[in-house]
Amino acid sequence: MEDTPFIVAGRELKSRLIIGTGKYESYEQNARALEASGAEMITVAVRRVNLTDPDQPLLVDYIDPEKYVFLPNTAGCFTGEDAVRTLRLAREAGGWDLVKLEVLSDPKHLYPDMEETLRAADMLIKDGFQVMVYCSDDPVYAKKLEEAGCCAIMPLGAPIGSGLGIQNPVNIRLIIEAANVPVIVDAGVGTASDAAVAMELGCDGVLMNTAIAEAKDPIRMASAMKHAVIAGREAYLAGRMSKKRYADPSSPLSGMI
Amino acid sequence: MKLTINGETREFADGLTISGLVEALGLNPKKVAVERNLEVVPKSLHPETVLADGDRIEIVQFVGGG
Repeated sequence: MEDTPFIVAGRELKSRLIIGTGKYESYEQNARALEASGAEMITVAVRRVNLTDPDQPLLVDYIDPEKYVFLPNTAGCFTGEDAVRTLRLAREAGGWDLVKLEVLSDPKHLYPDMEETLRAADMLIKDGFQVMVYCSDDPVYAKKLEEAGCCAIMPLGAPIGSGLGIQNPVNIRLIIEAANVPVIVDAGVGTASDAAVAMELGCDGVLMNTAIAEAKDPIRMASAMKHAVIAGREAYLAGRMSKKRYADPSSPLSGMI
Repeated sequence: MKLTINGETREFADGLTISGLVEALGLNPKKVAVERNLEVVPKSLHPETVLADGDRIEIVQFVGGG
């Protein structure tokens, strides 16, 4: 069976893996990990330039915005107003209106503030943005965000940067079943099998950062994630065997000597 | 005149434009976005936007993030 194309806000992506660009040793290492991951879309943050040292290395000198889809995020924003202000600057800096919205709450768990996220999504969509939204794994809010006009729903698998894997596959599955826009698990992946689990649940894609950036060998882990996402997607499309309570021999029982 | 740039107050000569400011700070105008008193100023308007005493300017760029 042919796979359906992965389309987000009218853009077709060949890779179902989206990676973040934070926490790497250097932009050079980041660029090599990106190459190894096969990802075409990356998240980026918007921050003040360094006035005391304007010659610091710039992300765009290592990762070409013409070659990759830059997805500016609202990391660090706690209100809809902050998110709109940040992304208006991002739109001016890059000229893109496809963005990742994340409105967080408590720094201890970095869980999204869903009430404020929904309000911010409304504000951004009215302002002409195409919003991929980071959210909790709550199927009710996921549906509300879709109805508000978000172009992708991105529930967390586990808290940001925790690497704990998909903690609530039941909810992720419910979100996928109800959604008419792409569902991308964002946050929580720790290693390749976590990414495969997310894809086997039927997610359209996986977004990760720390799992690659904080691996002992980020380049190799980026490659592992590329294969895990492909393997998980293939397994989902193939349809797994049913689970059984007892053994079932693979060799014929007849014709024994 | 005094301008507050990214939270830092500095003294500049009157009549400075946004383009002039970006250049004076040693930044690449293609790689930054500028906000003046909470309003984004499009790049096309940088050469003609003359700054005023007390303006609060934010100059941002893309950095690594998740």
